[in-house]
Amino acid sequence: MALSGIEIYKFLPKTNCKECGFPTCLAFAMKLASKSVELTLCPYVSEESKEALEAASRPPIRLITIGSGDKKIEVGNELVMFRHEKTFYHPPGIVVRLKDSEPADALAKLVDEVANYSVERVGIQLSLDGFAIENDSKDGGNFAKCVELVKSKTDLPLILMSTDPSAMGQALEKVASSKPLIYAATKETCDGMVELAKKYECPLAVYEAGGLDELAGLVEKVTDAGVEDVVLDPGARDFGQSLSILTQIRRLALKKSFRPLGYPVITFPGEGATNLDEQALLAGQQVVKYSGIVVLDHFSPGMSYPLLTLSLNIYTDPQKPIQMAAGIYEIGSPRPESPLCVTTNFSLTYFSIAGELESSGFPSWLLVCDTEGLSVLTSWAAGKFDAEKIAKTVKEFNVAEKIRHSSVIIPGHVAVLRGELEEELPDWKIMVGPREAVDVGGFLKKNWTV
Amino acid sequence: MSAVEVPLEKWTGKVHEVRLGGNGRKSVVIGGETTLPFLQFEGSVPNKPLIAIEVQDHEPKDWSPHLIAAWGDVLTDPGPWAKKAMEFGADIIALRLRSAHPEEGNTGADEAKKATDKVLSAVDIPVIVLGPEVAEKDNEVLVAASDVARGQRVALGNCLEKNHRAIAAACIADGHVAIAKSPIEINLAKQLNILLCDVGLSPDSILMDPTTGALGYGIEYSYSVMERLRVAALGGDAMTAMPMVCTVGEEAWRQKESKFTEGLPESWGDHEERAIIWEGVTASTLLNAGADIVVLRHPKNVAAVKTVIDKLMSA
Repeated sequence: MALSGIEIYKFLPKTNCKECGFPTCLAFAMKLASKSVELTLCPYVSEESKEALEAASRPPIRLITIGSGDKKIEVGNELVMFRHEKTFYHPPGIVVRLKDSEPADALAKLVDEVANYSVERVGIQLSLDGFAIENDSKDGGNFAKCVELVKSKTDLPLILMSTDPSAMGQALEKVASSKPLIYAATKETCDGMVELAKKYECPLAVYEAGGLDELAGLVEKVTDAGVEDVVLDPGARDFGQSLSILTQIRRLALKKSFRPLGYPVITFPGEGATNLDEQALLAGQQVVKYSGIVVLDHFSPGMSYPLLTLSLNIYTDPQKPIQMAAGIYEIGSPRPESPLCVTTNFSLTYFSIAGELESSGFPSWLLVCDTEGLSVLTSWAAGKFDAEKIAKTVKEFNVAEKIRHSSVIIPGHVAVLRGELEEELPDWKIMVGPREAVDVGGFLKKNWTV
Repeated sequence: MSAVEVPLEKWTGKVHEVRLGGNGRKSVVIGGETTLPFLQFEGSVPNKPLIAIEVQDHEPKDWSPHLIAAWGDVLTDPGPWAKKAMEFGADIIALRLRSAHPEEGNTGADEAKKATDKVLSAVDIPVIVLGPEVAEKDNEVLVAASDVARGQRVALGNCLEKNHRAIAAACIADGHVAIAKSPIEINLAKQLNILLCDVGLSPDSILMDPTTGALGYGIEYSYSVMERLRVAALGGDAMTAMPMVCTVGEEAWRQKESKFTEGLPESWGDHEERAIIWEGVTASTLLNAGADIVVLRHPKNVAAVKTVIDKLMSA
């Protein structure tokens, strides 16, 4: 956790020698707290204080990078238990597990499908984050060959899974430069895996299912040996275990700054589920509740799309809600004679009205005005959703060219804008819609005749 | 080696326990948690969250073909529909008096009584009765349903700020529970609970519906408002400590991801698979935020979500 100036001051010599360039130690401490100067400016700070200050400025959950290039996965560095306290920063990497015992052509096909999978939501392209390759064949040569095959087809980050350090070594020889995650150091394989992680400078997962004491002990052994980038696998597989153990790990890291567990966690929903329905729901739980990497044992667009949407939703900054881009949206397949409704660009407002139009049976045109992410009443009160703004947006997006009528429906809450809007848009008929989105279907049924 | 001491939350508050059913009907208790959802290592979850299945009083015309196929003939009659829902594993039947909506039949008190009576006679599990979500009509049909169900402690919704007096009066007179619905906002939710208590409804006769946003359609707002409500409740604020109901099925199945079968991007995948997961993920996510009852539509999710709840409870 970041320290305040006063807390930092306690670690300084308090001699006000001015050699750092600031008039007092307290002034220097304030600058340190705002991270605008370095501690090295103080020639007299003790080694102990230096260590304590460095430790305190380290993030409680270490940021871990898997892979390289612009598709790398970065997870960790989370600061809160609940997203409403601030936000969740790094969405989990969602990857698909492959087994080296599968035939090469089947693997190649799956790799292509996963790597090429992409789906658009609110203007954002979502995709899966990588592959976990398991040494199911228990054969080192086979594992290396399989890893090489996958690598030849994709730049996405890899997780190499083997219980055998020698097989791991053979695979790393082929792909270490792309910084895969080594999975995993266990009590038995710890020394060999640590050696590989250090040699190839790759992050290392630590697996220990015998309780958090044992896991923390093994992590300390690994970090004492010089590996800094760690991912935790506490072996919690089913719904209940996953929720309670991952909650405990996050709490220990955030509330107690407990270093040995201050790392992201990897989870395997396929191992905690008895069928595909459960796997999807467990993966969803882990996206929401504290997993850093979710390894799926199944790929299908129908399962990937909801999970990627959930990750996008939950990792949205609550302070900065997703805004829709201003523009004219097609709800259903509207025709030139379909209704035209106007709304704001607060995503929840958009989704409410879009959802109601969608189910109203009236394909419609929905014109979204840029109101800086505010809802109808709030943006109207703030002067960001007025007749001028609506008229400007109507013209900006050439709405008149898309439709064969000249009626525009405004939200009931801003009925007061009607008069002004009639002046701004003299050729248009201004209709006042219902106040609540839920009533728009009924409104159209009653009032829409073109 | 560092010894691991997990920091435990010392909550002082407790979610109210609300009973539904009884008097010849099977009864269930909802709420009572002294900890965040399913975190039994630091508190208790005396009553597991329950699954309600939505049943409508007239044949739904705009439902996804997958829902229609899953239910078959019973969709035309709330009695057999409720019975089948019970066989699929519903803990509670949520009867939606859809036909009372001015656009969908505008039926009145008599029809509401008939539909409610059909469901009450068809099953012996607890019942929720929901109006068409038009305040004046809600008053009319819910008061009628309340009368028919007297003594059987059903939950009546929705009770909004503007019609809370009428619904609360019916609940007090006939021994029912009110479902207080507020628009995804913690203070409005609390305010409505206070209003209901002010008119004489006991806190253990209130469930709250903080408004459900489906996956992709505002679930993050519902999720955070529910987490905040529950944290406030456990922190000792009794006016936020009502058990929460989420109308998951209704919200998830009205989105184009679930409802439509044609003209969708290939990247959305198999329609049936996606639609079912859409509802299931919405349900399990909101259970993790504190939902005590999830109202579902697809039978397959009843089984799947039930398994999830049981597994979360067994940790």
